[in-house]
Amino acid sequence: MSGDSTSLLTAVRDANSSLITAANEWTAERAKTLDQIVSSLLAEADQQVATSIDMSGVRAFDTFGAWQLARIARELKSRGREVTIIGLQSQFAVLFDAVQKSSDEADRVQPKARLEYSGVAAVGEALTRAWQNFLLLLNMLGAVSVSTLRALLRPSEFRLTSTVHHLDRVGWQAVPIILLITFLIGAIIAQQGFFHFRKFGADDYVVDMVGILVLREIGVLIVAIMVAGRSGSSYTAELGSMKMREEIDALRTMGFNPIDVLILPRVIALVIALPILTFLGSMSALYGAELVAWLYGGMSPEIFVARLKEAISITHFKVGMIKAPFMALVIGIVACTEGFKVKGSAESLGLQTTASVVTSIFLVIVLDGLFAIFFASIGM
Amino acid sequence: MSIEVIGISKTFGTFKALNNVSLNFPDGELVALLGPSGCGKTTLLRVIAGLEHADTGRIVLDGADATDKDVRQRRVGFVFQHYALFRHMTVFENIAFGLRVRPRRERPSEKDIRAKVNRLLDLVQLGWVANRFPSQLSGGQRQRIALARALAVEPRVLLLDEPFGALDAKVRKELRRWLRTLHDELHISSIFVTHDQEEALEVSDRIVLVNKGQVEQIGTPKEIYEQPATAFAYSFIGSVNEFRGRVDGDFVRVGDEKLRFQTGTFKNGQEVVAFSRPHDTEIVANPQSEDGVSASIKRILGTGAVARVELVANGEAREGRKEFFEVEIPGSDVQSLGLSTGQHVKLRGRRLSVFADQNGTQAAS
Repeated sequence: MSGDSTSLLTAVRDANSSLITAANEWTAERAKTLDQIVSSLLAEADQQVATSIDMSGVRAFDTFGAWQLARIARELKSRGREVTIIGLQSQFAVLFDAVQKSSDEADRVQPKARLEYSGVAAVGEALTRAWQNFLLLLNMLGAVSVSTLRALLRPSEFRLTSTVHHLDRVGWQAVPIILLITFLIGAIIAQQGFFHFRKFGADDYVVDMVGILVLREIGVLIVAIMVAGRSGSSYTAELGSMKMREEIDALRTMGFNPIDVLILPRVIALVIALPILTFLGSMSALYGAELVAWLYGGMSPEIFVARLKEAISITHFKVGMIKAPFMALVIGIVACTEGFKVKGSAESLGLQTTASVVTSIFLVIVLDGLFAIFFASIGM
Repeated sequence: MSIEVIGISKTFGTFKALNNVSLNFPDGELVALLGPSGCGKTTLLRVIAGLEHADTGRIVLDGADATDKDVRQRRVGFVFQHYALFRHMTVFENIAFGLRVRPRRERPSEKDIRAKVNRLLDLVQLGWVANRFPSQLSGGQRQRIALARALAVEPRVLLLDEPFGALDAKVRKELRRWLRTLHDELHISSIFVTHDQEEALEVSDRIVLVNKGQVEQIGTPKEIYEQPATAFAYSFIGSVNEFRGRVDGDFVRVGDEKLRFQTGTFKNGQEVVAFSRPHDTEIVANPQSEDGVSASIKRILGTGAVARVELVANGEAREGRKEFFEVEIPGSDVQSLGLSTGQHVKLRGRRLSVFADQNGTQAAS
């Protein structure tokens, strides 16, 4: 080991360049000195000047020395300096390359998320995502509103054929399944009512329960959920696959507004179809309840109808029907927004379709709750 | 129609797809936007079409600012990679669609539409499929119909997004030639996006080379091939042998070996990358030779006029693989140099192009 006093590093600086000259052994044996010198060099280096590091005087060089050299280069570069390393002997250069590469890679390693914060982070991310989704829905609602206004101003440009086509699909073709499901639901509610109310001799009140429940809540909810699963998902899948195949872009290049051509007819068709389906569904549910009352509860249809007339009023019917078009709007907007979110892959199509159904059912139920508060406060 | 792109930037989340791109597309030329996947070329095309809005910058079409105009007003024809034909319409209806949906005042008569569609079908040489549905056509036919559909609205500019990307190699080659002929007939300003350098070199009048959201080089295919301006341009166009090392006097030091290079202004010790085309690379049979990078012959292909020799570097494997070289030499040299598989030789470049390694912008060849 040659004397510690000989300098390992000298820095000469003028106005616009800086030369760092290295000498002697850059090895682990001199680790402490070398580390101090490099640290003080880096602490002083603040000017943004081009720097050359002359390594020609270095006689020995190991991983530690290579790391220190890489450290100088990296630190100076990060302060916006241009760094050139010259005169490094070729047998040392190989080592330096390897060290520099691995230390660069180490820089790129992402800090690990701390476990105790990961829950909070997840909540934050979920909230931002939910907020973004909400904004997208609002955006779509706005676009559809503008499109509706345009259609009102220029009715000739409204796409009636397309609307009728979708009305057929989401309305007419949905009638059988809606009738069946609501019939069964009505029958089940009535059966449960008779089974439990009978213990108290309150058979008559089953009719009140079924009538009010079906007309105000169950009819419209069941229908909306069925439509969200049946038509909402197919809207998302159709629009998504058009997006995937760039057909929507193709429409735009031909001068179409996709909102006018694809979305408005679909949303309008839903808004028309859902109240009709709700009406049919409610009637079917009441019919199912009447049959159960007759066959299981021993209540003749005449008495059922007479009791129903006393129990319900037009208000109950209105409450259910008023909700229907709003739920249709929610389903339509959600389905179309999710469809437009589809990216290029079939996987994303599946994801968005699922998201569409889940979101629209969730929002339909939330909306139902808001309506319940609203109707209660206006006394309906 | 001339197209001018001024200072366009576009960011998706944290990803910078386009970084202050300015370009000028001359009238009536067929220009290729060439670059690796994800370099922003498709985004640029979509911004020009108006399908995407740039964060900053302007688009000028025919001298008039079109930045705030929508797609319809820009009157562009767009051909998509996956054709985007309307499935429930026949070929005829697909092509006629753009005309049929015009406002009544501008809409041509049914007779005119019919004549025009037939003319377009003849132009793409597919008159006999008019009444078929897109699903009954092959990929190449579909793309030709898509092109006819884009042309039907008499666009001022035709934009093609990887038009042959989804087709097999043979059809691709055929369509390429066909697109060139078609362009020579119509002379409509066209821009097409591709990641296939061969396609760009063969078809276009001018190539715009894009990398990481920035323009690397603009020029005719000949210029781009023969005078690549940057390290990226060199390595992306054509096959190339690459040597990384440091400048040491008149040499590039690669590991323990050195390569002589002719011209260039580099500081001693500067990290550089040197390129040499396969036909500009020499094989020195003597493995003890001073100048050159050592490698061993892996395969010798073709013994006709030109032989292709594939070699692997002798040095350490970098990034998990050994460096691979390709050299083209006259077939007769294989005999005269006495080359055989497994032999250790040295490689050197007749015309070595050297670029600074850091950002790849400083050129010297």
